[in-house]
Amino acid sequence: MNLWIIAFGMGLVTYGIRLSVLVFVHHTALPGAARDALRYVTPAVLTAIIVPAVLYVDGAGAFSPGPGNERVPAALLAAGVAWLTKSVWATIAAGMTALWLLQWAT
Amino acid sequence: MPPSSRSSEFAAGVRAQLPLLLGVTPFGLAYGAYAVDAGLSTGLAQAMSVVVFGGASQFVGARQMAGDVPGIVIVLTTLLVNSRHMLYSASMAPFVEHLDRRWRWLLAYLLTDEAYATAVVRYRQAGQAANAHWFFFGTALALWVDWQIATAFGVFLGKAVPEEWSLGFALPLTFIAIVIPVLRDRPAVAAAAVAGVIATIGFRWDYGTNVLVPALAGLAAAMLVATLGPVRVPDDAPEAT
Repeated sequence: MNLWIIAFGMGLVTYGIRLSVLVFVHHTALPGAARDALRYVTPAVLTAIIVPAVLYVDGAGAFSPGPGNERVPAALLAAGVAWLTKSVWATIAAGMTALWLLQWAT
Repeated sequence: MPPSSRSSEFAAGVRAQLPLLLGVTPFGLAYGAYAVDAGLSTGLAQAMSVVVFGGASQFVGARQMAGDVPGIVIVLTTLLVNSRHMLYSASMAPFVEHLDRRWRWLLAYLLTDEAYATAVVRYRQAGQAANAHWFFFGTALALWVDWQIATAFGVFLGKAVPEEWSLGFALPLTFIAIVIPVLRDRPAVAAAAVAGVIATIGFRWDYGTNVLVPALAGLAAAMLVATLGPVRVPDDAPEAT
């Protein structure tokens, strides 16, 4: 099949998913329990992205939750800064600085 | 932040997206370089960023195209990889239901992980009120523009940012900054804990199930905890005298 047609198909299903509840199905048609659960989409989805990106070396390599993986202490420090400051920039600054220092030191 | 004018909402949306671009830009560069490496034409590699506009699914799609995987399989894989966006669509729906169709079609096209993460924070503060959809539009459009430019640089120049800089780590850091403040009640903590553990176990699961399954399990855990309710002394317990 022509690659352009495949790419168009990929775009079509992706747009369809994004349109689903915003346009096609009204959210009040969802079961009450599902609507309640949607309040927790942020912690559920983002944590599923965050945790492996920290616990696997460089976010892709071997599973390494302990020593030798600089991302673990950097992320813990960043979480503390996020808790105290609620600032995205401060969190990034703390986490990246910690990561670079630890990488430089080893 | 109180309700404000369209332009200030739009500008605030763009500003809220800037930290995420630090992590997204190297990802876009990597995608562009990877797609061309895999044998896609420069035009097709760039067009995918416009037509699909979903980083992980574009990587997987380019890899499958290079491997001569049947088109229908590639499209179905994309459907699975991007299915988590249905959660974003459903979560955003109550906030934009008062907007006309053109707005909802536009915002749906721009709805990504990063746009959702920033826009939902604004909506939690402001509700439907005022011009919050201009914030949504600004934050989502900033990501779109960055993604197109990063793809183009990756396509034509290859990876411009060395891996050793670890700039990709800025993305999980940004998500940490967004998630930590919402861990205010037990269901939210349960959602994060369960999703985090299952995502770690299932990191190498295929077709985007490595995010979708942990997320759904996290939502189920949140509902379970919410149903059980907080452990507390009944209000009508007799007072000791």
